[in-house]
Amino acid sequence: MDDTILSLRGITRDFGPFRAVDDVSLDIERGSITGLIGPNGAGKTTLFNVLTGALEPTAGSVMLNGRDVTGLAPDHLFSAGLGRTFQIPRPFARMSVLENVMLAPGGQVGERLHGPFLQSASMHRQETTIRDRAIEVLDFVTLLPLADQAAGQISGGQMKLLELARVLMGDPQVILLDEPAAGVNPTLTKLLISKIEELNRQGRTFVIIEHDMDFVMQHCTPVIALAEGRVVFRGTPEEAQKDPLLLEAYLGAVAVD
Amino acid sequence: MIGVISYLVFFSTVAAILAIAVLGLNLQWGNTGLFNGGVVAFFGAGAYATLIFGGTPQEGQLGGFALPYPLALLGGMFVAGVMAWIVGILTLRLRHDYLAIATFGVAVAFENLMRNAEALAGGAQGLRGFERPLFDALGGGLAYNSLFLICVLVLLLAVYVFLERLIRSPFGRLLRAIREDETAARSLGKNPARIRLTSFITGSVIMGMSGGLYGTFYAFISPQDVLPILTFQIWAMLIVGGAGNNRGAVAGAFLIWGAWTASGWALSRFAPQEVQLYTGSVQFILIGFVIVGMLLWRPQGLFEEKLVVSQQGRTATKELQGDRR
Ligand SMILES: Nc1ncnc2c1ncn2[C@@H]1O[C@H](COP(=O)(O)OP(=O)(O)OP(=O)(O)O)[C@@H](O)[C@H]1O
Ligand SMILES: [Mg+2]
Repeated sequence: MDDTILSLRGITRDFGPFRAVDDVSLDIERGSITGLIGPNGAGKTTLFNVLTGALEPTAGSVMLNGRDVTGLAPDHLFSAGLGRTFQIPRPFARMSVLENVMLAPGGQVGERLHGPFLQSASMHRQETTIRDRAIEVLDFVTLLPLADQAAGQISGGQMKLLELARVLMGDPQVILLDEPAAGVNPTLTKLLISKIEELNRQGRTFVIIEHDMDFVMQHCTPVIALAEGRVVFRGTPEEAQKDPLLLEAYLGAVAVD
Repeated sequence: MIGVISYLVFFSTVAAILAIAVLGLNLQWGNTGLFNGGVVAFFGAGAYATLIFGGTPQEGQLGGFALPYPLALLGGMFVAGVMAWIVGILTLRLRHDYLAIATFGVAVAFENLMRNAEALAGGAQGLRGFERPLFDALGGGLAYNSLFLICVLVLLLAVYVFLERLIRSPFGRLLRAIREDETAARSLGKNPARIRLTSFITGSVIMGMSGGLYGTFYAFISPQDVLPILTFQIWAMLIVGGAGNNRGAVAGAFLIWGAWTASGWALSRFAPQEVQLYTGSVQFILIGFVIVGMLLWRPQGLFEEKLVVSQQGRTATKELQGDRR
């Protein structure tokens, strides 16, 4: 299918004798908001880590836009258009929120040792552009009032938003979010969802790991379920809620109400 | 009176030279989080190489190339940089404590090499035969020392301005991001390996400059000048002054060097004879106390690192933990 943006074939990842991800083959549709669910330890984060190059797969391959990106380093994958956030936020704690966000764009001349001295004019021009864009993105995720705060001092939920803001600065086509709503209060979650949907309308593809079933069932299509490293379900939220295996294995509590 | 001034000039020269090395360490540790436990190796490489490049020929010994002084000093910095490049490629994959141990080992090896390689570095006798630039013209003495102090202060200022500009730029932002969380930086498309090496080499070149000036000042360098204690002193200066803050690094250098010389003087003056034999060891212990005490009571140092906030085209700094303006 030509509307597949991210394609996994036989992805397997072992930790010693333990198989965390077991022969996962998936096609992620361009422009979708794909939900990835599964019990704790199902291998969801590990799968993200393999996709983004943070971990090497034991076997299998990853294609991004038809290009084989298996085993590429995380920095290269980000440049190739694949952005991710972390389940446990990783802010640059002793840097301002604004600096956290301004870091992300690639190709900054000022990032080279001679840049600030020999190319200071173009560096300043770039900085102005990047700063304007950073302010825009921070405003978008409602963090602008905290721009001058140390990123290590903002709240956990705000850190989740900061992660999203950082990723957006790189303008990736595919954004992998690892439990964006965990530990985030309902108001902020609603806001986060509206931001995700807005970005999705602009053409970005999302893959979202989430334990919050309301979140997944209302906003993600398709839904993919992982258990013990294997794909056990793939379908619409409606199908998911009717699937006997899923009901038993994972959604039991939700299905009651 | 002249005696006091002479002493102050002498003291300030050494303190300012060491401050340059502390600034180099601040780039590596304060900004990049690279734990260089072998500062003295790069300081020493700069010192030895400067004297070898700029000294007069000595019998049975390498060097004495008698290059013009600025070239000799640049050569010293270059050698320190090449050494950092080699050490960096081999060790920068190591994390914190392992990097510290590896670089410490490099420094010990360097000292041993200098102590034993007579043909290269004069062995235990050290390197002699260096003529200080303009020394004869000015006839030595206070006038010369004052001029030398001014030159050192100008270089200190230049290094300071260079580093301030660097750390306020995207380069500095990248260094801090790698210091804070390398994994997150990678996930945002940054290549930590390259930038860590750049920072390590740049910091070491600055240490090499410090060493070159030190060797010039004494017109002599020997293995006794590149003992591990100097690494600890430079670390104490940075920790007391405030890692991540260049002003703190300079202030720490003057403070710790002042405390060091004062304690040496006080011990020789007031301590009982039996203790005086161990002045060096007592000072060693004191500097250990200063480092540990500072890390316990004020880990951010006297001058806290400032947060770079840059709103509306203006770059300013603000206290990291203090209240908002
Ligand atoms: N680096 C690692 N080394 C060893 N085992 C690991 C490693 N990372 C993950 N695992 C194991 O792999 C399995 C899957 O972990 P993973 O983090 O992918 O789960 P998850 O589906 O994201 O769970 P959760 O919903 O709790 O976040 C777990 O059993 C975990 O212990
Ligand atoms: Mg997880």
